[in-house]
Amino acid sequence: MTESTLNKLKILAEAARYDVSCSSSGTVRNNKDKGIGNTVGGIGVCHSFAADGRCISLLKVMMSNVCLYDCAYCISRRSNDIPRATLTVKELVNLTIEFYRRNYIEGLFLSSAIVKNPDFTMECMVQVAKELREVHRFNGYIHLKGIPGASLELINLAGRYADRMSVNVEIPKQKSLQYLAPEKNHKNIYEPMKYINTAVLENREDRRSLLHVPRFIPAGQSTQMIVGASDDTDHDILTLSSSLYRAKSMRRVYYSGYVSVNTYDSRLPALKQPPLVRENRLYQADWLMRFYQFRADELVDPKNPNLDLDVDPKIGWALRHPEFFPIDVNKAPYEMLLRVPGIGVKSANLIVNARRYRALGSDHLKKIGVVLKRAQYFIVCRELPSAVIGDLSPEYVKLRLMLPSGPSRRTVDRYPSLF
Amino acid sequence: MLYTFDGTFDGLLSCVFDAFARKEDVTEVLRTWDEIPLFCLDAMRHVDTELAHARRVWLKLEKCMSRTVLNSLVKSFLYAPVEVSFYSTLFRFICRAMVSEIRIEGDFGDADVLAVLNNSRKVSYEASRMRQFVRFQKAVNGTYFAMIEPLYDVLPLAIGHFVDRFADSRFIIYDRIRDYGFFYDGKESHRIVLSSDAPHMVTGNLDETIADADEAMFKKLWRTYFNATAIPERTNPRKQRQDMPHRFWKYLTEVNGV
Repeated sequence: MTESTLNKLKILAEAARYDVSCSSSGTVRNNKDKGIGNTVGGIGVCHSFAADGRCISLLKVMMSNVCLYDCAYCISRRSNDIPRATLTVKELVNLTIEFYRRNYIEGLFLSSAIVKNPDFTMECMVQVAKELREVHRFNGYIHLKGIPGASLELINLAGRYADRMSVNVEIPKQKSLQYLAPEKNHKNIYEPMKYINTAVLENREDRRSLLHVPRFIPAGQSTQMIVGASDDTDHDILTLSSSLYRAKSMRRVYYSGYVSVNTYDSRLPALKQPPLVRENRLYQADWLMRFYQFRADELVDPKNPNLDLDVDPKIGWALRHPEFFPIDVNKAPYEMLLRVPGIGVKSANLIVNARRYRALGSDHLKKIGVVLKRAQYFIVCRELPSAVIGDLSPEYVKLRLMLPSGPSRRTVDRYPSLF
Repeated sequence: MLYTFDGTFDGLLSCVFDAFARKEDVTEVLRTWDEIPLFCLDAMRHVDTELAHARRVWLKLEKCMSRTVLNSLVKSFLYAPVEVSFYSTLFRFICRAMVSEIRIEGDFGDADVLAVLNNSRKVSYEASRMRQFVRFQKAVNGTYFAMIEPLYDVLPLAIGHFVDRFADSRFIIYDRIRDYGFFYDGKESHRIVLSSDAPHMVTGNLDETIADADEAMFKKLWRTYFNATAIPERTNPRKQRQDMPHRFWKYLTEVNGV
């Protein structure tokens, strides 16, 4: 490892940072015969948090940023005049192992620009994963990016070494994608995705009936969409994610607020700030679909194609459906509790348990962790009900929920009033 | 009645045994050296730790709660030194679990049950933070070394994770606050006490005389990566500190600047 590796690492980490996926979850890979690495229990570990607040779980790096393509939204596009670099297989393997040994990372997330052609690129990436697994007997996490357009045989080979693979959709609508990334098309993206899905399911089936079938991408696949680079609405994005989640192997869809890296390109909106609030709302909506049993069409529809930026999508849904409330926390089924703003999966579970012993009042709910500030308009409990959404109006409740909470106690302490 | 005990888990269980055996109404359980609460006029008795008694209570507990809850019970015991009155909470929780005809573990409307769950969560969380934020440095002799300062005594909960993970190497993780650590020699882990005031035992940082030749380079590579991976347009120090509180930064290679 020398200064030249250092420079390359810097260039290629900077190129890879716009890919949001970082999770190291969803797989168990036990350490056998005193090898290195052990990935446990399906939960990931975040080892650090960068200055932008995003977690660092994997060594997220590009193999190369020498790209053949010219996608408008991408920092590594062919026509950009930026330093280019390529890390060798040996360097990548060495970095992964040494970082892992120091507990800096959970494993490697390897992506790449399209060098020469998709097949060549994919083959080099597979080489890195193969060496880690077979030469170093590395049991850490490996996430490989599927290069759109690479042959399915190579994807298959990659899947034997990787825990997770991802092929990025980037732009939800084919038309917008063609406009921004003329060399890409949805066929080349969905084909490997579908292939991975079928192969994962087949593999699961085979492993049930046959002994000694090697695992194939045990942590499934993920994908990412860029938010705010095209004129696609939240409706387009969420409808696509919900249909992607129908594929059993699709574990996560990530949303990446577009960072204006190529300001000169007139096809792109000139954003001063990445659309962080919109991105956050999309993640909240995604969460509601995955853990709260919401459907995409409940959150957005052609009439309201975008999520409300002022309140989170769960409150948004509740305000549009006052007839659903108030909910009696002592009687309502779990699924209905989940629909109450201010009650999350954890507190809903606790409530369902606790109410078997006694009728719960607001003091119990508060201690359990329900955010009464939000929930109060939507529930009744043991005490006399306070004013709920049916008595007030959705508009009024929305205003109350958007009120900033009073000055925090700390600021009061720090700046005592002079008079 | 006020009981005092030696601060061990078996001691606490012995208190439970005594309370039942002597049919005493115990209001408070404290460690021998804890301060007696103000205005406490109750009679006081020290309970000697009897392993046989503790074992009997434990066997009974295994019958009246699930493994998950037993697990939370032990974990929340690790939290107790922080909030001394919590020993009494644990004591009440155990007693109630033993006499109740139904399982009480889901009764989160009860302050004691909820406190046991919440405090065990705090301890688990601190243990998972060890898995996140332990940073090893390689020494000349090939042993990896890491220093930690957890809020609770969670090293025993976290050590297994590292043994599984780095089974082919030798390493030390040392708790500076409680002055003990574990040394894994490539076969099994041993509890060690390195009462030394060598510079690395104070700063947690191996200096160039005892660090491996490549160590400085890898630190530099990691710091470079750490800085390069952040998107400048999205800088958000508040979120960063929320997820990685300042108290860990001292031993975090990427931010401690040593």
